[in-house]
Amino acid sequence: MSDHNYVPSSKLGKWFNDRLPLLSLSAHLREYPTPKNLNYWWTFGGILTFCLIAQIITGIVLGMHYVAHADLAFDSVEHIMRDVNYGWLIRYVHANGASMFFLAVYIHIFRSLYYGSYKSPREVIWIIGMIIYLLMMMTAFMGYVLPWGQMSFWGATVITNLFSAVPFIGESITNWLWGGYAVDNPTLTRFFSLHYLLPFLILGLVILHIWALHVPGNNNPVGIELKKPSKDTVPFHPYIVIKDLFALLLFLIVFAFFVFYSPNILGHSDNYIEANPMVTPAHIVPEWYLLPFYAILRSVPDKLLGVVAMFASIFILVILPWLDTSKVKSAVFRPLYKQFYWILVIDVVLLGYMGAMPAEGTYLLIARVATAYYFIHFLIILPILGKKEKTLPIPLSITEPVLGGSIKPGMVKKKEMYN
Amino acid sequence: MKNFIKSFIFIFLFIVFFTGKAFSEEKKKLLNPDWSFKGYFGKFDRASLQRGYHVYTEVCASCHSMKYLSYRNLAEEGGPEFSDEQAKAIAANFDVTDGPNEDGDMFTRTARLSDRFANPYENDKQAMASNGGAYPPDMSVLVKARSGGADYIYSLLLGYENPPSNVILDEGVYYNKHMYGNMIRMPDPLSDDLIQYNDGTKATKEQMAKDVTAFLAWAAEPHLEARHKIGFKVIIYLIIITLLTYLSMKRIWSRIESKI
Amino acid sequence: MSDQKKPKRRDFLFTASYALGAVGVGAAVWPFVDQMNPDRSVKALSSTEVDVSAVEPGKSITVLWRGKPVFIKRRTQTEISEARSVKMDDLKHPEKDEDRAKNPEWLVMLGVCTHLGCVPLGDKGDYNGWFCPCHGSHYDSSGRIRKGPAPTNLEVPKYEFINNNTIKIG
Repeated sequence: MSDHNYVPSSKLGKWFNDRLPLLSLSAHLREYPTPKNLNYWWTFGGILTFCLIAQIITGIVLGMHYVAHADLAFDSVEHIMRDVNYGWLIRYVHANGASMFFLAVYIHIFRSLYYGSYKSPREVIWIIGMIIYLLMMMTAFMGYVLPWGQMSFWGATVITNLFSAVPFIGESITNWLWGGYAVDNPTLTRFFSLHYLLPFLILGLVILHIWALHVPGNNNPVGIELKKPSKDTVPFHPYIVIKDLFALLLFLIVFAFFVFYSPNILGHSDNYIEANPMVTPAHIVPEWYLLPFYAILRSVPDKLLGVVAMFASIFILVILPWLDTSKVKSAVFRPLYKQFYWILVIDVVLLGYMGAMPAEGTYLLIARVATAYYFIHFLIILPILGKKEKTLPIPLSITEPVLGGSIKPGMVKKKEMYN
Repeated sequence: MKNFIKSFIFIFLFIVFFTGKAFSEEKKKLLNPDWSFKGYFGKFDRASLQRGYHVYTEVCASCHSMKYLSYRNLAEEGGPEFSDEQAKAIAANFDVTDGPNEDGDMFTRTARLSDRFANPYENDKQAMASNGGAYPPDMSVLVKARSGGADYIYSLLLGYENPPSNVILDEGVYYNKHMYGNMIRMPDPLSDDLIQYNDGTKATKEQMAKDVTAFLAWAAEPHLEARHKIGFKVIIYLIIITLLTYLSMKRIWSRIESKI
Repeated sequence: MSDQKKPKRRDFLFTASYALGAVGVGAAVWPFVDQMNPDRSVKALSSTEVDVSAVEPGKSITVLWRGKPVFIKRRTQTEISEARSVKMDDLKHPEKDEDRAKNPEWLVMLGVCTHLGCVPLGDKGDYNGWFCPCHGSHYDSSGRIRKGPAPTNLEVPKYEFINNNTIKIG
């Protein structure tokens, strides 16, 4: 934390702050120097915080009416939709909120990939972020099981069955997860408990994530480290607060369109059929935000290796700061990396699309190529690029690129451009 | 900023378009009638819902339950909006099991507004046994439980035809061009003038199919009208407040000399 | 760029934004508060019908209404005269028996002590009515508080005879 010598204006404030420095914290957050050249891709951190709080509040309220028992779960969700005052609204906000949460997190992650926000000295922020992402996926997976529809049940069956691939102890682990010999009531009740718990772990990690960020400060589109505070930074309040608020409102408009006009379009109609252990749906698909991993899983013909590949695809992101050897952060100055970045984006979208298709024929072939390419990007292309790429000259300050002129590192410019 | 908005719209449209496509299958193209409840300002047609309820009760209810609906729903706003008396009279046509009484026995009594719709069978196994092993699905959320929604249900009801020459059907199986796999255990339930509507509308097969599908669409989404109404207000409000926030943002940022 | 707009205009934009924002937040909070109110299925069960044909004079039954016990007592002539002859001055909560039991033979009241909510016991107590064992409140043959800490008489809900044998409560 920075060492303000913040003194509260009121005596009561000073008394309290001496005992618990919340007012100092608040002052720090208000004054926190933020690069003034941040573009709108930087607003998604704030949007994500909103999403987390919205999911927690709507989730707690739904928990007042939902019954976590295999015989009653589906009924209780219908009770919420029909009888609870505004139940339909809260349920649709929670269900679509999960999708919006993932939309925002993917934009947030891809922003980091483009601008090199995961690079030194921000590796720990990135790793905490990856843990948050993992917990998000677990939370969403368990949450989807709770309505106890056909997709809830069979999605749970398929994914928990993966653990049986572990040699020797796989079946024991799976039975331990299930609390039985198949997905059934014990599975549902424990998923409810954990689904309620994990978001609070996420909340704690988000606080650490922001704390870790505040040490070096934000990255910025140009990717150069700024002295803080300086002419290149603005205090978080009001400049960034208002900008984040504006972006959040735009996000809410998109959110509102889903909730009020297409609340079921991101879901699967089979989940409005009550879970039936005797009948498997024709196509088992997870929610859209898990599709790329589903595609990777199914690309590998071997069960255990498929699971390994799926987890590896996430683990590889965790060690990204050490795979990408480039000293230049921002793709703005890495013309070759920029192109590979966009190919990666297309690759991931393609994987997502394949995840929704049956794992056969051309679809399977494309999924396999896309999976292979994904690993090639991180394990081969990035390390090589870092060493071999000829990057564009990096400006000395963030005002330089705008004012133009010849940019040669080391060349002295007008005085005011220096911090 | 422009790039941001472009990208956002792109992502939004992409998701909507591709998620819609991702789950469509290679089926015959569905019929696509003019549903009054589709679109941003969609509302249910009360008369159609009332006729649809009539079709459900006389044609479908002997096999298909609607266990999440209560008789009082028939009188609530946003639905068929029968009057309270009409809804009570409807309920009085049905018996429900209640109890145990002071002697410990279950007994039957006439249904009240607060009761759920009477089930044609006592449990799912009885339903299956009475229908050659095929379970007639509960229709409370059927429209949401089928890809294609109301269009699918409507098309299926009108989709019975003679099987192509290379298809042999088992006893009790019928050919329907929209059913997944084309085989369906339910015989064609509708035919012209099967029932007589109270409001004088001619009960053609298409009319009954349309009305009962509209009724089922309401049954699956009883708060659709409220959702559309509130949604409109919310989005208009958001647009206004976004504009105000944008202006505030410009005002605040104008304080610093230049923005990169 | 311009740095100083007239303060009036700048304040109006911010004031209007804050005000509209507050309205939005309030509107957004309401569903979360309202969802805890009784839902439609609960409100639908807000009335219940009871068959009282088997209740002999001097006997009472207890039924469940809105989750609470309701005493339905068929009073004997003695009990009715006793209830009617009580002086208003003797009552902590003065109420005429005629107002509590329109049909004097039938007494319908919530079996919930008005002190702290326990269920009073019938045919007990010093006033030929009910006695609450939790803190010692005594109710008379009209369900009125006579002795003890309860502040008011046992509540009489809305009810009516829809036919000779059936009372609809609520």
